[in-house]
Amino acid sequence: MNGAEVLLEALEQEEVEDIFGYPGAVLLALLDALLRSKIRHILVRHEQGAVHAADGYARVNSKVGVCLATSGPGATNLVTGIANAYMDSIPMVILTGQVSTELLGTDSFQEADITGITIPITKHSYIVKDAAQLPRIVKEAFYLARTGRPGPVLIDLPKDILNQEVKKTASSKMTLKNYKVFGKGNTGQIEEFAKSIANSLKPVIYGGGGIIWAGATGPLRNLVEKCNLPVVSTLMGLGCLPSDHPNFLGMAGMHGTVTANYALDDCDLLIALGVRFDDRVTSGLGNKFATKAKIVHIDIDPAEIGKVVRANVPIVGDVYLVLEELVSRLVPPKITQWWEQIHSWQKSYPLRYEQDGRLSPQIILESIAETAGDDAVIVTDVGQHQMWVAQCYPFKYPRQLVTSGGLGTMGFGLPAAVGAQVAQPEKNIVLITGDGSLQMTIQELATIVQHQLPVKIVLMNNGVLGLVRQWQKMFYDERFSEIQLHANPDFVKVAEAYGIKGIRVTSAQDVKPCLTKAMAYPGPVLMDFVISPDEVVLPMVVPGNAITDMLGR
Amino acid sequence: MLHTLAVLVENHPGVLMRVVGLFARRAYNIDSLSVCQTENPSISRMTIVVSGDDSIIEQVSKQLYKLVVVHKVTDLTNEPIIDRELALVRVRVNAESRLEVLHTVNVFRGRVVDMGRSNITVEITGDGQKIDAFVRTMRPYGLLELVRTGTIAVMRSDG
Repeated sequence: MNGAEVLLEALEQEEVEDIFGYPGAVLLALLDALLRSKIRHILVRHEQGAVHAADGYARVNSKVGVCLATSGPGATNLVTGIANAYMDSIPMVILTGQVSTELLGTDSFQEADITGITIPITKHSYIVKDAAQLPRIVKEAFYLARTGRPGPVLIDLPKDILNQEVKKTASSKMTLKNYKVFGKGNTGQIEEFAKSIANSLKPVIYGGGGIIWAGATGPLRNLVEKCNLPVVSTLMGLGCLPSDHPNFLGMAGMHGTVTANYALDDCDLLIALGVRFDDRVTSGLGNKFATKAKIVHIDIDPAEIGKVVRANVPIVGDVYLVLEELVSRLVPPKITQWWEQIHSWQKSYPLRYEQDGRLSPQIILESIAETAGDDAVIVTDVGQHQMWVAQCYPFKYPRQLVTSGGLGTMGFGLPAAVGAQVAQPEKNIVLITGDGSLQMTIQELATIVQHQLPVKIVLMNNGVLGLVRQWQKMFYDERFSEIQLHANPDFVKVAEAYGIKGIRVTSAQDVKPCLTKAMAYPGPVLMDFVISPDEVVLPMVVPGNAITDMLGR
Repeated sequence: MLHTLAVLVENHPGVLMRVVGLFARRAYNIDSLSVCQTENPSISRMTIVVSGDDSIIEQVSKQLYKLVVVHKVTDLTNEPIIDRELALVRVRVNAESRLEVLHTVNVFRGRVVDMGRSNITVEITGDGQKIDAFVRTMRPYGLLELVRTGTIAVMRSDG
């Protein structure tokens, strides 16, 4: 066996079924071995597409996503996607080709120090120097990627290692002596947690992506319903509780609901579950955030506790196991008055938009929810459309939203939808994107055609970079700078050129019929919804101000 | 405030880059750093002197633990420790000052390791304050060259 075959065998051991990748010269041995492997390789059109596809795949299937790129430019094209996965704690294994070991460090053709470049954005990385070590390295990489706080792990594969004939491979026994995975929380602290709930007058749960990755939505719901606790979520936490649940107050933060932000500000007990107090929630003001509250912070990553805000009851552990242990100790608090306050905020400050018959983003989103089915997966890009989705879409279950949270990567959407559709061939995968974001990775339209992925693409086309324009409108006296996308193509024709059904919609009454038709269509569809550049995302926290200072209340 | 951290890491190529890169990108200040192999050849020991308040040091330590190559982080700051630096100091001397300089070197328990016509080189070990004091004392004679290691430290045995 050569190194490439050893590698593929090790990947099969990890139950890898799909790899997203793009070939190159140093990968020839691996490409050849792939012909004889059960693993399916999804050929993309740009390496960034491969890494985002692996990311979308991981988010939807809660499996480790795998991508492959060649050395040098192939590897560096992955960097944005690796950073994206790192910021959102997505389990991923990245395979990069590398020049032969004897050429390493000589600035040889298509050489880049990808392990060096990616140190700050990977959980760990390996450069393989002996093919016999591959079974151990692959096993460790997958273990590191999916356990604890998940994250991307990179394996750099020099060309000669892929070609190296291996007589007997070393064992796949892991040698991670010091890597610690936190499981159960400290029992004393969990008792303190339960007491804090029982004694609270104004508690609120602030839930994030950690709940989703811990599979803790069941225990969360138990906790919420047993104690009648209100819940706000982060962007990454959407779906942790159904959005129509009476205890769900909406997303918190910059474009969150007024009620969610007021509740965070006014609470006397903040229960932070699998969140990292991102500045898009705290407005970058960690020391002015939830100042009246006792803070219980539960996270699997000890470094997140105390990083941004003080934690009065820190609990390091798996949020699922912590909540399971908590349930038997729960005493519901007396919070009728708190709920009266919350209901009065909800009544005074609902999410609202003008229904004047125009083709508004909200009408598109409502129609998607009505036509795509409850189990549709919504993939977004980054920008105004993403925030409208976060505010309005009626998410019912975890992993229903695939979105770039921490890094905010425009161009994430289309390739992530590729990954989501490969992961869930039977589900409706709806990509909601903008004309700015879509054009960053538009080449992946070819990937959805080549692999017959029936992705439904909802393009909110306003001809501008809407979120930047919105800031210029609100905070720079409408001095619009560099946000006009004047030379936009005809997206319907672009779709058709790729062999994709394209539909343009310009009026509100055509929205639902178009979506109904698209959802019933067996192949991919691109719907070009022409909306006004003056649409804004509201409410909005004034940048730099406390989260209660919201425009558009 | 200065903290002295003892960090046990895997003795592999690239490990130093991971550790130092972490300090750089999270804007922690390294005051001094020394690295060496330990009694176990697969483990290196880094002694890192870092400035920051307790909450920063706690973050530094937690972030270090997230590196798979880091085995153990010990904050020695409030522990009974023996800490040492080594300095090589080349000082200008002339017939007039020579004896005085040699006398001072003796007071500091330094050793003369090289002697030229117009300068001598002294090896001196001790904690940072002692070396600072020695350097201060030598400066008026004419400090020609100063080479100084980072701190290394071990905890005192508990009896």
